[in-house]
Amino acid sequence: MSKQFLFDGRPVAFEDGQTILQAARVAGHYIPHLCWHPDFPPHGSCKLCIVKVAGRHVSSCAMPAKEGMEVESNTPEINGERRALLQMLFVEGNHFCPSCEKSGNCQLQALAYDLEMTGERFAHFFPERPVDASHPDVLLDFNRCIFCELCVRASRDVDGKNVFALTERGINKHLVVNAESGRLADTDLAADDLAANICPVGVILKKRVGFAKPIGERTYDVKPIHLVAMEDGK
Amino acid sequence: MIPEDVPAALVRRIVGRHGGDATRLLQILIDVQDETGWLAPGVITAVASALSIPRSRVEGVAGFYQFLHKQPVGRFHLLFADNITERMQGSVELMASLCSKLWVEPGRLSEDGLVSVGTTSCIGMGDQGPSLLVNGQPLTRLSHQRINQVAELIRREVPLPGWPAELFRVDDNIHRRDALLSLDMAPGAALRAAVALGRDGWMEQMRASNLRGRGGAGFTTAVKWMACRDAPGAEKVVVCNADEGEPGTFKDRVLLTRMADMLFEGMTLAAWAVGARRGFLYLRGEYRYLLAPLLEAIDLRRAENLLGRGILGAPGFDFDIEIHLGAGAYVCGEETALLESLEGKRGTPRIRPPFPVSHGYLGRPTVVNNVETLAKTCLIALHGGEAFAATGTAQSAGTKLLSISGDCAQPGIYEYPFGVPIERVLEDCGASDIQAVQVGGASGITLASYEFHRRIAFEDVPTAGAFMVFDSSRDLFDVARNFVDFFAHESCGFCTPCRVGTALLKKAMKKLAEGRGAKTDLADIEWIDRLLKNASHCGLGSAAPNPVVDTLLKFRPAYERRLQSLDFEPAFDLDAALAAARRASGRDDPAAHIGAEEADQKG
Repeated sequence: MSKQFLFDGRPVAFEDGQTILQAARVAGHYIPHLCWHPDFPPHGSCKLCIVKVAGRHVSSCAMPAKEGMEVESNTPEINGERRALLQMLFVEGNHFCPSCEKSGNCQLQALAYDLEMTGERFAHFFPERPVDASHPDVLLDFNRCIFCELCVRASRDVDGKNVFALTERGINKHLVVNAESGRLADTDLAADDLAANICPVGVILKKRVGFAKPIGERTYDVKPIHLVAMEDGK
Repeated sequence: MIPEDVPAALVRRIVGRHGGDATRLLQILIDVQDETGWLAPGVITAVASALSIPRSRVEGVAGFYQFLHKQPVGRFHLLFADNITERMQGSVELMASLCSKLWVEPGRLSEDGLVSVGTTSCIGMGDQGPSLLVNGQPLTRLSHQRINQVAELIRREVPLPGWPAELFRVDDNIHRRDALLSLDMAPGAALRAAVALGRDGWMEQMRASNLRGRGGAGFTTAVKWMACRDAPGAEKVVVCNADEGEPGTFKDRVLLTRMADMLFEGMTLAAWAVGARRGFLYLRGEYRYLLAPLLEAIDLRRAENLLGRGILGAPGFDFDIEIHLGAGAYVCGEETALLESLEGKRGTPRIRPPFPVSHGYLGRPTVVNNVETLAKTCLIALHGGEAFAATGTAQSAGTKLLSISGDCAQPGIYEYPFGVPIERVLEDCGASDIQAVQVGGASGITLASYEFHRRIAFEDVPTAGAFMVFDSSRDLFDVARNFVDFFAHESCGFCTPCRVGTALLKKAMKKLAEGRGAKTDLADIEWIDRLLKNASHCGLGSAAPNPVVDTLLKFRPAYERRLQSLDFEPAFDLDAALAAARRASGRDDPAAHIGAEEADQKG
């Protein structure tokens, strides 16, 4: 008899060492997430995957599943808080979806549709974040960064290059590249590095392939993220 | 720009002094900056190459700590403490006065590179403010006369060692002593008692004492120690958290000044109990002026065989202590952020579980205790666990040191048995006509006068030691706003709710302060408060809304009288935004202003 916990009232089996999010996925239950990725250890920064366990909020990507837990996830309360976290991410950066190359392939945009975010509620910050177009094959548009650190982790742990890092702190925290000039061209990033292909939003873009597929026919244009995410493990 | 020949050789020398150990990155950057003044891009590259680590990692760390500078600062770099109690003592006016005397704008470097002036969070001098740090050294009891003196010393470019010592005087201001502050202990006395008991016997005394952590969370110390002792892994570590960053707290500063030896004895007692060989004192950068005397105290203990190998002749009792400096980051008081910082990284709190007792410094089982907690273990070793447990209250054994500042006749340190009512404390420190007390610092609780019968204890009003007093002349909105700005400044930026939420709260409070608030803003504030509390990654974020939540509940009129309308008011000033268009078109007539028509009609 395997161990179980209750996910929105339904029993979910798990093995020791699995997190709530992992076990729920295996059982076919989607929990929204942005910084979590199946190939990496939990990061826990975006907080979209918050769930309620015994009245307390926890990050389901990082919290080990325990026998008999009662987990609330797809509830008006938690989804309302997730929506507000998305609103925070939208006002913090500069997100102009209609002109963004990532529109339709962007997880932030897709989650906002999925969680029915109809407006941004909070006042925009309009930060100044110049783009870096120095690299021959890859463009960096920092306006869209959500600080999931997937590029940081992929470059460090998989590519072995440490091309990306975060500096400063608080609302001034931002992405930097591994070069004294601060220019991506002066790093050893290659277009087929994992780091160049893992951004869930539109910060790291390939040059010369923009709009190959028209907006309207892209991944999340045809299928909502809660279905896509369960298919390919993204 | 720094001279080209400086960085590489200098940096190699400093990195060599630190054994080329990348876990000492923060310490290396502090030392390098002492020589170069700031961390220019070339210096960062040189550090990375001398350590053979990625440059991006060095830049990430250099940008995290407020006292590390990626931009040039003045040869005299002054940071005024900006806590509310310092503001109440006139720090804002004094800073403006100093800036005008020196012809420098706040936050900007003077053109000749001589001076820069800015603000920083509380530097632990609340009982003798206003205060500032000049090149890391505290100046206390600032007045207009002292500001004139300082301006003159800077204009004449007198190096700091030539400044009058009186400017740097830091007083202990101890006004009430109890068990800890009245203890006069010969070095080694507590340790001898514990060694005589054996490791298990000593742990048993700790268990019987019911000592709980004095850093704020109140976790039972013996439980922490036993978990560390029993965790797999031979190399245990003891860390003393001397990153006393909570605004309004300064009792650890006094313990580090007067009772450093007892603190080191406490760390050694912890090492005896858990079997640790390695200890760290993480000293907040603001207390760097205490580094030299602390190192001397450690050397003395080594000479007396109270540190080092075979301590007091007990076989296998090897333990030593090194001191790491912080560099201006409140979040590093959170124990897992502190451990990251000790490892030479950005001070980002870790995911828990696992907890430090099993996975701490470099993944080793680690005990992290507050200064006051460790000092108190000496009392337990000397007089026994039961005697300690018999004082204070049933759930809060022993005494508590309070750092009292604000509107009272005698600010300073007061030691009370747990259970003391707020009103008793107010009476003792000479406070009258008081409308509120902030207990536990910015992350603590705001008590209104009808709650002054409540008691200082984990089960009623818990506190790490800050006790800020506000009389009826103070505006509690200003107090809450100061704390909100503090949290926005100190958020590490790791998680969405804290990074964005604290910044949004700061904007909302600014909007209210400018008289542009509406009822919807109060609703937004309450919504952001809830997200911070529920969804934050660590205690900084979840405590950040406390001052606003409490003052909205208990002092709501302070907010409501600032509201422009009871409906909605935009943060965006449309007329001001048109200024550029007016300049471009050379117009400034009434018709070029929004709102002029309505005013005409009303007029």
